[in-house]
Amino acid sequence: MAAINRDDVAHLAQLAHIEMSDDELDRMANELALIVDSVKSVSEAAGDDVPTTSHPIPLTNVMREDVVGHVLTVEEALSGAPDSADGRFKVPAILEES
Amino acid sequence: MTANELIRLSASAMAAKLAAGEITSVELTQAHLDRIADVDHGDRGVNAFLHVNAEEALAVAADVDARRAAGEELHELAGVPIAIKDLIVTKGQPTTAGSKILEGWMSPYDATVIKKIRAARMPMLGKTNLDEFAMGSSTEHSAYGPTRNPWDLDRIPGGSGGGSAAAVAAFEAPFALGTDTGGSIRQPGAVTGTVGVKPTYGAVSRYGAIAMASSLDQIGPVSRTVLDSALLQEVIGGHDPFDSTSLTDPSIGLAAAARLGNVKGMKIGIIKELHGEGYQAGVENRFNESLELLRSAGAEIVEVSCPNFGYALGAYYLIMPSEASSNLAKFDGVRFGMRTLPTEGPLTIERVMGATRAAGFGDEVKRRIILGTYALSAGYYDAYYGSAQKVRTLIQRDFAAAFEQVDVLISPTSPVTAFKLGEKLDDPLAMYLNDVATIPANMAGVPGLTLPGGLADEDGLPVGIQLLAPAREDARLYRVGAVLESLLEAQWGGPILDQAPVLASTATVAEEAN
Amino acid sequence: MSVDTILSFEEAMEKYEPVLGFEVHVELNTKTKMFSSAPNVFGDEPNSNVNEVCLGLPGVLPVVNKKAVESSILIGLALNCKIAPHSTFARKQYFYPDTPKNFQTSQYDDPICYDGWIDIELEDGTVFHVEIERAHMEEDAGKLTHMGGSTGRIQGADYSLVDYNRSGVPLVEIVTKTIEGAGSRAPELAKAYVAAIREIVKNLGVSEAKMEHGNVRCDANVSLRPHGQEKLGTRTETKNVNSLRAVENAVKFEIQRHAAVLDSGVAITQETRHWHEDTKSTTSGRPKSDADDYRYFPEPDLVPIVTTAEWVEELRSRLPEPPAERRKRLQGDWGYTDLEFRDVVNAGLMDEIEETVAAGASAAAARKWWMGEIARRAKLADVDPAALGVSPAVVVEIEKLIASGAINDKLARKVLDGVLEGEGTPAEVVAKRGLAVVSDDGALQTAIDEALAAQPDVAEKIRGGKVQAVGAIVGGVMKVTRGQADAGRVRELILKTLGVEG
Ligand SMILES: [Mg+2]
Ligand SMILES: [Zn+2]
Repeated sequence: MAAINRDDVAHLAQLAHIEMSDDELDRMANELALIVDSVKSVSEAAGDDVPTTSHPIPLTNVMREDVVGHVLTVEEALSGAPDSADGRFKVPAILEES
Repeated sequence: MTANELIRLSASAMAAKLAAGEITSVELTQAHLDRIADVDHGDRGVNAFLHVNAEEALAVAADVDARRAAGEELHELAGVPIAIKDLIVTKGQPTTAGSKILEGWMSPYDATVIKKIRAARMPMLGKTNLDEFAMGSSTEHSAYGPTRNPWDLDRIPGGSGGGSAAAVAAFEAPFALGTDTGGSIRQPGAVTGTVGVKPTYGAVSRYGAIAMASSLDQIGPVSRTVLDSALLQEVIGGHDPFDSTSLTDPSIGLAAAARLGNVKGMKIGIIKELHGEGYQAGVENRFNESLELLRSAGAEIVEVSCPNFGYALGAYYLIMPSEASSNLAKFDGVRFGMRTLPTEGPLTIERVMGATRAAGFGDEVKRRIILGTYALSAGYYDAYYGSAQKVRTLIQRDFAAAFEQVDVLISPTSPVTAFKLGEKLDDPLAMYLNDVATIPANMAGVPGLTLPGGLADEDGLPVGIQLLAPAREDARLYRVGAVLESLLEAQWGGPILDQAPVLASTATVAEEAN
Repeated sequence: MSVDTILSFEEAMEKYEPVLGFEVHVELNTKTKMFSSAPNVFGDEPNSNVNEVCLGLPGVLPVVNKKAVESSILIGLALNCKIAPHSTFARKQYFYPDTPKNFQTSQYDDPICYDGWIDIELEDGTVFHVEIERAHMEEDAGKLTHMGGSTGRIQGADYSLVDYNRSGVPLVEIVTKTIEGAGSRAPELAKAYVAAIREIVKNLGVSEAKMEHGNVRCDANVSLRPHGQEKLGTRTETKNVNSLRAVENAVKFEIQRHAAVLDSGVAITQETRHWHEDTKSTTSGRPKSDADDYRYFPEPDLVPIVTTAEWVEELRSRLPEPPAERRKRLQGDWGYTDLEFRDVVNAGLMDEIEETVAAGASAAAARKWWMGEIARRAKLADVDPAALGVSPAVVVEIEKLIASGAINDKLARKVLDGVLEGEGTPAEVVAKRGLAVVSDDGALQTAIDEALAAQPDVAEKIRGGKVQAVGAIVGGVMKVTRGQADAGRVRELILKTLGVEG
């Protein structure tokens, strides 16, 4: 497995939407390299014949009948919002001014 | 009975006194609120609570007293107060998850376990401290300052649920709710000399527990006695249609198992891979002592091997951050919580999300989000996430093979006793090792219990003994745990917490600081 | 915004072969959302049909709507798909403010339906066999309104407002395999394919299927390759095209644009495009920094759906008559010629005519109105005839008014205009606009007498047996009554006045 470098971390930080300073990227790259190194044995632990487990207790077909339940009031829905207007959540521009 | 004697009772003893009319819930609740005011605040306070819910708790207590006076049939635990880990959402009290990003946020809905606590009429004392988003093993990653271990205020109370464990150990609450993703109930229990249980995955609804790693998270009880945890799990457990991974099994028979009082003929397995090298000598000694006591009580002790447990920690540190990176994506400054604007450059929503998450998350949270994003990203998924899920299968097979041979498994809960605050803060890998014995249970979904096993010879600090049972056999943990607890307490001449130092009042210190 | 150069369609077709692919999103008409019990109602007061799950608040968990699963299986069966015995959900991760959890709960490795096909009939009867790759379940996003800009578009907006009422509405995404060999019929095929999907889901009763409401939305993938080349060209995906005409136009535009780009020696950028109805062109979509890596992984909060043969067969037994068989039956019932019927199908008016006939109109009258006056007005308004706003009941009522002699054909057209202008029911429009035929013989007689007096020479010709000349007098009378007289009756009265046998 490839080692993790600063550019990788910068790309990951972008995917994860966390702005990071250059210092932070350097520090994170060093720490992640160590962590990734320590977990790499995992990829050699199991052969192709071992199935994956995504859920610890296997259940199937847990479904709900199509019956309307509770709703929040508009006030409750917006109560935690950093910003709102006209009964809606308000967010800054999506595209940069061009 | 003095207030100080009252708060040292077990929850079940408090319940009995309430039922007998010897005390009122208001009296009991007030005694705990006073204790919190006395020892929790200030520079040398325990700092177990992030929010104290005095008004509502006393109102619920008064309501219980009135109903009891009117002859109403009440839940066994009605009127017994409880503390709630601040990862669980509550109406009427802030929920922070120990993070700046949720500072001041009030949930418009209750977690399912909170609905059950309300239905049982248990006064909620407040919300307890934790590592941010439950990510840590020391509660030092809380954005609101670390919790201190009541056994030694310069040491960590374990994590992530250090607040709940410390509150119970410091007699600020008779019991509490915790959450356990890789050991966050059990490891704090071990280092604070308290009891904690991670139930079978799905035995307790996760609805309203802020998710770290969905396939590993489980809410469970934190208490001072095995019976108290059993009583509390019966309250919070059972099927919940709001959680698709919730089991349909009824939450019954746990307290009865704790009261059974014998282990004669039971087979108990020592996990070869979970003791010995890497475990503190004092931890090993107390562990061996417990084995001896169980043997003397008629249990058969055998050794079993779980060869793939060696991969558990590595696989955990791939699955947990992967799921966490996804679960924490919603914290973006749009619908709830804090919003931070970028200080320079264009003001777009992308930048606002990036700036909010940069300012709102602490280092450990960022580390795990980046690690998880990496493990799930194109080109690495199979090697990391995929392989880790295969390891999960291997761990389940190890458990299955072990439980063919024995009824329960036993190990130390944590390889070490409580370490000093700050000691491992800059060494994530050393911190992660604290969960080496607790993680396999989360990976396989099986239940695990920790109870105090005595004090380590070298530092006089609590040691935890972990019991593990097959999925859906939580009752076995309570049966064996209660027997071992009574044998140990007979040796000590009382509960382990009787040996804890008396906490100095910090109330005046706090006032002077104001 | 720069305007793209495009090649003429004919020239593009000479040089290149288009390859298509479609992702059609169908909103299901369940009572509740895909993963929460909040009502599936869009268009109410913003954020009034949400609970903590649709808002993605901390701590929430999803629970699958069984009806939505069954609707998805029904769609799969109608598209001749295999139904997966074991199907799982997955998280598709990208940050966008309309997506509350910043991931969409969808399906990835094992969709509920896969490997299907559908035969698409074009206007001239040519049949294209389109293969379906998969149909999977997922959830819709909230709705963003862009504020502060001049156009209401995302470009130039100062801020946006988010309404999460639509967040979590169940969607089925139907994905085709690549469609080759359509040639110059590609735009037509695109339109016919989406029309067929819409017809199927409407016929199944699992969706309101109104494209103008976004119930059916098409993402159209287009790529070109030089004739004879095996390797596929780079594709673009034009998102959320919301009418049949737009689908046709968008595919045509992208073919022309790609051809011009390729001709200039530049490579096509793989990207999403947005269709603009006003300019009839596409523009480059928003740059999504995470679009290249969705980091799918199995949804840990949901467990697999296991379908048994009994369950699937029970659902299969609920399938209504397939559209092709239904078309055959309706053509027989209505007695339309092949050409008449195909025109109706191509105009997307089969349902409207069926409802109109069911409401009491004759098949001929229904066709006359829908394919005539209504279609003509729709073309002027640049909308699909079905979306113009005329209900089958209106057509039936107008027909009844004509049959009773209350209005004539010419007045009926004015009644239709009145209805479209929101003046009420046909009867109300007749009353308000005073459009009733003048049937008072006394009033008519006065007008006739005046007309005869004004043209004595014509009156004389008629008396002399030149009955054809009556037209001039009829015209005069109609002018005086501003068209509101029954021309047949006027003719009768003139001849009677002049004592001539008609
Ligand atoms: Mg798509
Ligand atoms: Zn989709």
